[in-house]
Amino acid sequence: MAEVLVYVDHVDGAVRKPTLELLTLARRIGEPVAVALGAGAADTAAVLAEHGAVKVLTDDAAEYADYLVVPKVDALQAAHAAVSPAAVLVPSSAEGKEIAARLALRIGSGIITDAIDLESGAEGPVVTQSVFAASYTTKSRVSQGTPVVTVKPNSAAVEAAPAAGAVEALSVTFSAQATGTKVTGRTPRESTGRPELTEAAIVVSGGRGVNGADNFAIIEALADSLGAAVGASRAAVDAGWYPHTNQVGQTGKSVSPQLYIANGISGAIQHRAGMQTSKTIVAVNKDAEAPIFDLVDYGVVGDLFDVVPQLTEEINTRKG
Amino acid sequence: MSLRIVVTVKYVPDATGDRHFADDLTVDRDDVDGLLSELDEYAVEQALQISENSDDDVEVTVLTVGPEDAKDALRKALSMGADKAIHVEDDDLHGTDVIGTSLVLAKAIEKAGYDLVISGMASTDGTAGVVPALLAERLGVPQVTLLSEVSVEDGKVTGRRDGDAASEQLEAALPAVVSVTDQSGEARYPSFKGIMAAKKKPVQAWDLSDLEIDADEVGLGGSWTAVDAADERPARTAGTIVKDEGEGGKQLAEFLAGQKFV
Ligand SMILES: Cc1cc2nc3c(=O)[nH]c(=O)nc-3n(C[C@H](O)[C@H](O)[C@H](O)COP(=O)(O)OP(=O)(O)OC[C@H]3O[C@@H](n4cnc5c(N)ncnc54)[C@H](O)[C@@H]3O)c2cc1C
Ligand SMILES: Nc1ncnc2c1ncn2[C@@H]1O[C@H](COP(=O)(O)O)[C@@H](O)[C@H]1O
Repeated sequence: MAEVLVYVDHVDGAVRKPTLELLTLARRIGEPVAVALGAGAADTAAVLAEHGAVKVLTDDAAEYADYLVVPKVDALQAAHAAVSPAAVLVPSSAEGKEIAARLALRIGSGIITDAIDLESGAEGPVVTQSVFAASYTTKSRVSQGTPVVTVKPNSAAVEAAPAAGAVEALSVTFSAQATGTKVTGRTPRESTGRPELTEAAIVVSGGRGVNGADNFAIIEALADSLGAAVGASRAAVDAGWYPHTNQVGQTGKSVSPQLYIANGISGAIQHRAGMQTSKTIVAVNKDAEAPIFDLVDYGVVGDLFDVVPQLTEEINTRKG
Repeated sequence: MSLRIVVTVKYVPDATGDRHFADDLTVDRDDVDGLLSELDEYAVEQALQISENSDDDVEVTVLTVGPEDAKDALRKALSMGADKAIHVEDDDLHGTDVIGTSLVLAKAIEKAGYDLVISGMASTDGTAGVVPALLAERLGVPQVTLLSEVSVEDGKVTGRRDGDAASEQLEAALPAVVSVTDQSGEARYPSFKGIMAAKKKPVQAWDLSDLEIDADEVGLGGSWTAVDAADERPARTAGTIVKDEGEGGKQLAEFLAGQKFV
């Protein structure tokens, strides 16, 4: 059976959920071979094996952390040469897309970014994308070389599928470009204790209607009652009420949770671009004409300062 | 010392318009007004700021690959303050994918001459966000991308990249390819004087033969990917909308409980 390379997104050995989703998709077209790089690379093997990786290629050279992007491209290229896979799947993070693109160019392959689904097809993997702020769904394929595809979070279910997951050292020779861009400092993002925005099953967002940084406590309280991540519109981020890392939309994160709750958000096209593929959409907005109501499964026309605390209280009561 | 900056700018269909696909499954550019991608305005802005903060002799060239109308995007960038423009236009470019676009841009950048390339974080239509990385790969120079802060000094570019897990401080020697995010600082509006001045600024036109690119390397035929279907997403079925008359929060909780979220 053909092998499929899966690039592993991990933090010091802790594998992030989108990578496990990729393993589910990879198993549809072949046998997943994972590539894990940097500090803690070998620690990823157990969980990857549990989810279907037949092999885990690892290299923990310091270059992956010390220089931007290119060392990882060199490693993936080495893995591609060693394995001759049927496809290469990479999580669709900002960095993942850059790595995938450079790899594709080097190995003479086409690239498709931001897939939301992937199936096997007669002429190679058939890739589904959601484009123009989710107003269109397209089916595409790579017509030259080994298909390189980046896949958005929440595009497939995480499934247990125990496999060998044998760890093998990947031998990488770094290119002349590898040390071109030095990382001279790194400030890790502080954890809020809430789920990761792109990975969360539920996202509760606030917009300009929240009207102040302190008021975001109302949004956070609702999020915590549901075990949800917190998102924000660009208007709220630009006003300095919430960090940019939480922005949902075209220039923020793209989310596709089971449930999205928009509070005080009008639903501009650039915001919709980042949340329109959510399964269930709910909005609270005092303007009945707000475009967000065109998307909702359930909407409340009202003041969020009344509705949201009542909702939070009711949820907490029901939870007992 | 002189510093040659090339800013790559894309002409895109207005995101607030009704965007569609044409029969050949390429982006329909006829029905919707086009404009300079808002995300590339940030790239123009940073180029102008680098120019203004530099003691060197800085020249800012804006470059687009696109149809006839893409001139509008160049005019806008020139009226913001860029010095000159290059328009790569050729009928054979229709349907080019990101790999092909990066080839054309890279060849044009090399022909123009450069010390620094500045791109936007992503195009607002394609939204791939990969062209800057591809340019760095093709040009064989450092990639210093997705910066929310950038500065150029002593032949070096430094900047801050706010990633998923961490915020990173980056440094590379010129020549280099930079891309900037919409967090890098609001783009200026063209002034009346700027708009008038732009009319006299040179716009160079190149086609594929000027760049020694064969027609079969680009366009739909030269594309390494193929779109087989594009279906308009069915409108979401109309949801339930209630007006809050004191019980809105409770009603919403009831809905969420019914959907098993609570
Ligand atoms: C290139 C580009 C990229 C962009 N990227 C993004 C992006 O990634 N993400 C993003 O979100 N936007 C993005 N935008 C901006 C986008 O166009 C909108 O400006 C933004 O989404 C508006 O945010 P908002 O809905 O919070 O604010 P508004 O549009 O001002 O809406 C606020 C809403 O709150 C309601 N409201 C006010 N008070 C209350 C109350 N007390 N109770 C209930 N409701 C209330 C109002 O009725 C209104 O509908 C981008 C724009 C451009 C040009
Ligand atoms: N046709 C084009 N002409 C000029 N610049 C482009 C073109 N396509 C992409 N770019 C540049 O590459 C960036 C990223 O585009 P993309 O990878 O398509 O999302 C844009 O912000 C532009 O700076």
